[in-house]
Amino acid sequence: MKPFDYVRPATVAEAVAAAAQPGATYLAAGTNLLDLMKGGVSRPDRLVDITHLDGLDEIEHLADGGLRIGALVSNADLAHDVDFAKSYPAVAEALLSGASAQLRNAASVGGNLLQRTRCAYFYDTASRCNKREAGSGCDARGGENRTHAVLGWSENCIATHPSDFCVPLVALDAVVEIEGRNGRREIALDDLHRLPGSTPERESALEPGDLIVAVRLPPAAGGFAAHARYLKVRERTSYAFAMVSAAAALRIENGKIAEARLALGGVAAKPWRARAAEDVLRGVAPTADAFQEAARRALADAKPSGDNAFKIELARRIVVRALILAAAGTPARIPALPASPFATTSGAIHA
Amino acid sequence: MNHSISLTVNGARREFVLDDPRVTLLDLLRERLHLTGTKKGCDRGQCGACTILVDGKRINPCLALAISHDGADILTIEGVARGDQLHPVQAAFIAHDGFQCGFCTPGQIMSAIGMMREAQAGNDPERIRECMSGNLCRCGAYAGIVDAVLEAQAGMDESNQRRSA
Repeated sequence: MKPFDYVRPATVAEAVAAAAQPGATYLAAGTNLLDLMKGGVSRPDRLVDITHLDGLDEIEHLADGGLRIGALVSNADLAHDVDFAKSYPAVAEALLSGASAQLRNAASVGGNLLQRTRCAYFYDTASRCNKREAGSGCDARGGENRTHAVLGWSENCIATHPSDFCVPLVALDAVVEIEGRNGRREIALDDLHRLPGSTPERESALEPGDLIVAVRLPPAAGGFAAHARYLKVRERTSYAFAMVSAAAALRIENGKIAEARLALGGVAAKPWRARAAEDVLRGVAPTADAFQEAARRALADAKPSGDNAFKIELARRIVVRALILAAAGTPARIPALPASPFATTSGAIHA
Repeated sequence: MNHSISLTVNGARREFVLDDPRVTLLDLLRERLHLTGTKKGCDRGQCGACTILVDGKRINPCLALAISHDGADILTIEGVARGDQLHPVQAAFIAHDGFQCGFCTPGQIMSAIGMMREAQAGNDPERIRECMSGNLCRCGAYAGIVDAVLEAQAGMDESNQRRSA
């Protein structure tokens, strides 16, 4: 690991000033960053430790019916918060389907949003990677790429964003609160992560010094609690990143879908909101045919980036399955194997 | 630049001067305190062999900087028995052969203790397997590990009932 300076600011303003310097990066739990630093993938000159800052670890119920989650709330504390799991069950299920219990205890909300891709060529410093070293090339393009992106990729980068948490969050119109050099601002989570285009090294809308201080769920996000699921296919049933995942949330009134929310994970460099699929579900009965059409629309622009054409069909089937499970109703308790299509309790029909 | 931190390790308060901020919590325990019961497996958060409790919660100290945990309360495998009296989870691992080579065992036991405190799995073997998935056992002693955790959980449920009766 490359040597670095360590600073522990006392306030958010001090943190922003310290992190705005070239070569500086924030340290929260470090579950992703330290791994990257040990491998020489990330080589910061300065770590700005925000874990001792006050006021960033609270879950706040807002007067308008929304929810504000501090950036330092741990993934486990959020998923196990009884009120949270009841109001936003797909988010809780997504959190519990990610990583291991040890990592969820440490990893923070803000860090989850900003975790880096798990592309093996990004991790292997002997490989060419435009994301790690701008302009060096992409060895994933002609390499082992069966897990790579099928939506929104470019010739310069075919990596995917690995977060489970972000998938239902983007479906529920989550907002990210950011403290920066020019004060506080907020952006939709959908606008936080960037598609690679010709600049895959620029992964987010954040500027130097920008600190995510909270994630907010708007009042409408609580309206899907009765029909919300997260479904995730991975190469082993636990402690693995998504090959393909989907968050489906429905508001059903008088036997018809009043509103649908759908997002996909593991398919692109960002959590992928499928608005065209949502539109086709509005006002119709929750039938298998409607869900098939939604899945077709969600993947209409998909194309293989390598040896991964199977992910497109897999994603369609996961979308249909997630919508069927959501329509059937949120289970009273999160299944023993969260988000698994192979769980014994619900969703046991193979994807 | 030197950094001073203090930790409570297995009940005793310890002061450290770090001349380099790169020291992980895992390396601090093993190299500075010689508490080598906490094992270094992958050193990348993938195997769980180093699992310890920090402020009551199980984490992977290989992915935690010591300097960032100033003031933390740490429990390692060396701190769970009371003298010669094994912790119930330790006794259950012996009773059920919850290991073969033993390298992953301290991490498995600390993870199980942490899991029982989290109270999410109860006595459901499927939930126990899921909640223990962050601990790999290369010998494949999983069946014995799950049996051991089930017995320890049953013992805890029983003593809780006795206490509330």
